[in-house]
Amino acid sequence: MSVAIKVEAISKKYIIRHEKESARYETLSESLIQGSKNIAAKIKHPFKTRTGDLQTQEEFWALRDINFEINQGGKVGIIGRNGAGKSTLLKVLSRITEPTTGKIHINGRVASLLEVGTGFHPELTGRENVYLNGAILGMSRKEIKTKFDEIVAFAEVEKFLDTPVKRYSSGMYVRLAFAVAAHLEPEILIVDEVLAVGDAQFQKKCLGKMEEVGNEGRTVIFVSHNMGAVTNLCNTAFLIEGGQVVEKGEVASIVATYCKIQEYQGGELPGGYSVNRDILEKNNKPAIKIENIKVANPENTGQGCATGDPMHIDIFYRSSRKWISPAFFVSIKEMSGLEVLRLSTLPISGYAIENLFESGVIRLVIDCLPLVSGKYYLDVGFARESMEFILKLEHIVTFSVEPKDVYKSGLLLDRSRGLITVDHAWSHAEC
Amino acid sequence: MSENADFQFTIEAGKAERHYWMDLWRYRELFYILAWRDIAVRYKQTAIGVLWAVIRPVLTMMILVVVFGKIAKLPSEGVPYPIFVFAAMLPWVFFSSAFADASNSLIGNANLISKVYFPRLIIPVAPVIVALIDFMISFAILLILMVWYGYWPDWHVIVLPLFLLLGFLAALGAGLFVASLNVKYRDFRFIIPFVVQLGLYISPVGFSTTIVPEQYRLIYYLNPMVAVVDGFRWAISGGNTAFNPEELIMSVCVVTILCVTGVMYFRKTEKTFADVI
Repeated sequence: MSVAIKVEAISKKYIIRHEKESARYETLSESLIQGSKNIAAKIKHPFKTRTGDLQTQEEFWALRDINFEINQGGKVGIIGRNGAGKSTLLKVLSRITEPTTGKIHINGRVASLLEVGTGFHPELTGRENVYLNGAILGMSRKEIKTKFDEIVAFAEVEKFLDTPVKRYSSGMYVRLAFAVAAHLEPEILIVDEVLAVGDAQFQKKCLGKMEEVGNEGRTVIFVSHNMGAVTNLCNTAFLIEGGQVVEKGEVASIVATYCKIQEYQGGELPGGYSVNRDILEKNNKPAIKIENIKVANPENTGQGCATGDPMHIDIFYRSSRKWISPAFFVSIKEMSGLEVLRLSTLPISGYAIENLFESGVIRLVIDCLPLVSGKYYLDVGFARESMEFILKLEHIVTFSVEPKDVYKSGLLLDRSRGLITVDHAWSHAEC
Repeated sequence: MSENADFQFTIEAGKAERHYWMDLWRYRELFYILAWRDIAVRYKQTAIGVLWAVIRPVLTMMILVVVFGKIAKLPSEGVPYPIFVFAAMLPWVFFSSAFADASNSLIGNANLISKVYFPRLIIPVAPVIVALIDFMISFAILLILMVWYGYWPDWHVIVLPLFLLLGFLAALGAGLFVASLNVKYRDFRFIIPFVVQLGLYISPVGFSTTIVPEQYRLIYYLNPMVAVVDGFRWAISGGNTAFNPEELIMSVCVVTILCVTGVMYFRKTEKTFADVI
């Protein structure tokens, strides 16, 4: 198999200027004096950037010694935290900015999609923008003309083709912009986190389109924070950290590594939830400690739960003594504080933990999540047999529920149609 | 298609890409599209739309005819005064709008520069093309004006495109230079209007070059637009107005230097546009 992209020792340096504390002007007269001094200095040396007294410069290596090869038809996910250098790498690969050192060999036509709707002009109509955007992305007019109907159908904006895009809803705007980009036919497609926009349904459609592109044997480089999307779309992945590729390999193992890092850092986890580490650290009862809580969708690891999906809540504990018939509580609250659901082992559910030793995990299984889409948080508690709370961790986990058309009615359920869903049936009889 | 050698290239730090000019050719449609965008956007949400493109120069011409032809009655070397002025104003307006718009073009398209790749040279060229289209419309009006005055040019008029080309290159060369400086030093945004205003007074638009004293002529000819404006007038008036080869030679030299250094400087700074803008 031939090589599509070969990257040799790429580094990218940026210079950041800081203004020194002492250089900030305090009063108007001071700033005028300082300002005129600066002007005088500028006139003497117009193009010399002053270093030294007022500003300090700092070198910042956004990318450091990056090496890799991507074969033709390879689908590579690039993952890493914010500021790790992913976007810079994409910019270098798509020739928007030049690397400071190193070499890149590219074999094939490259199209990069770093932003949805680059070059869209608000005053122009949808039709005009398709041509404009297409040309900017490197399509010829002939190419656009033959794909025009397809693009418009994909974006679902037929009715508004001759309306200026400034009057579009943001959803229509994004759909049209993505539709143009989705119909590019390059050998190498570079995509940055552009799927973060649009509703869940359109995101699915976009992902589907991207999969199609991948299946046609093109090379795809894909950056996303959506681990589910990366896992679905890519077969290999690079993990970038501090401007360096720290790990490459099978997508599943790289995603797993990334999740571990994320968990450690306490940021939003790929399952669409986050754990408040501060509270977790502070629950320092010597007798019992909750060490971690995980929320997962067992059918689709890495993705969040939607209404009606199964959900597992795992509570990892460590105790220094033996407890007899203790109880765990999990309370699901809406962001306003309204308690939607409280579940516990004894006394609510009747499930009894007979004895609790050293360490282990308690799993709460919800087969069919009855919550409509939105953000929720969890309070988790631990009580002794007498129902006296030993631990009460409020607001410990925040998670979001994705919208889903549970009743197959064409409607995505949200709070405008009630807080919960339930399995139900209607019948009708005439008397 | 992937085996096509056209699409194999190497990005290397600090090396000029050999593929640049080929890319420029591949993206040639973008010249047209960007120019079209600028024109289309200009007349959006106006009641009479593109008609403004014609009305604007017509109004300018009418003012000229009334003010200079009827009221001022200035001497104009045997050519009807409105034609004398209009013929000189066309290349000047072309140059000034092309130069000013090209200079600000990179900043105005910052979102494109930081998000997509294409040869950046297209961005400052597009407004020059826009100015050229405006020029064509105004030129048609000049022709009407000449019919009105019953004034017919002779064979001299065939060299007109050459002077237009000279003006085009002057605007492009200067525009490229200032556009790339403008990316880093936004000060130029404020300087450009003054340069354009000053340029009007040091180019022979409202007067004839003959009133400039002999000893200052050489310095005067350093302004490349002197030859373009004089040349235009000379070609249209059938050789009746002043024009000497010295100014043409001088202008060609200055324009060549401007273009070569302009393109070189642009190419040199181009790679950092996305980082600096």
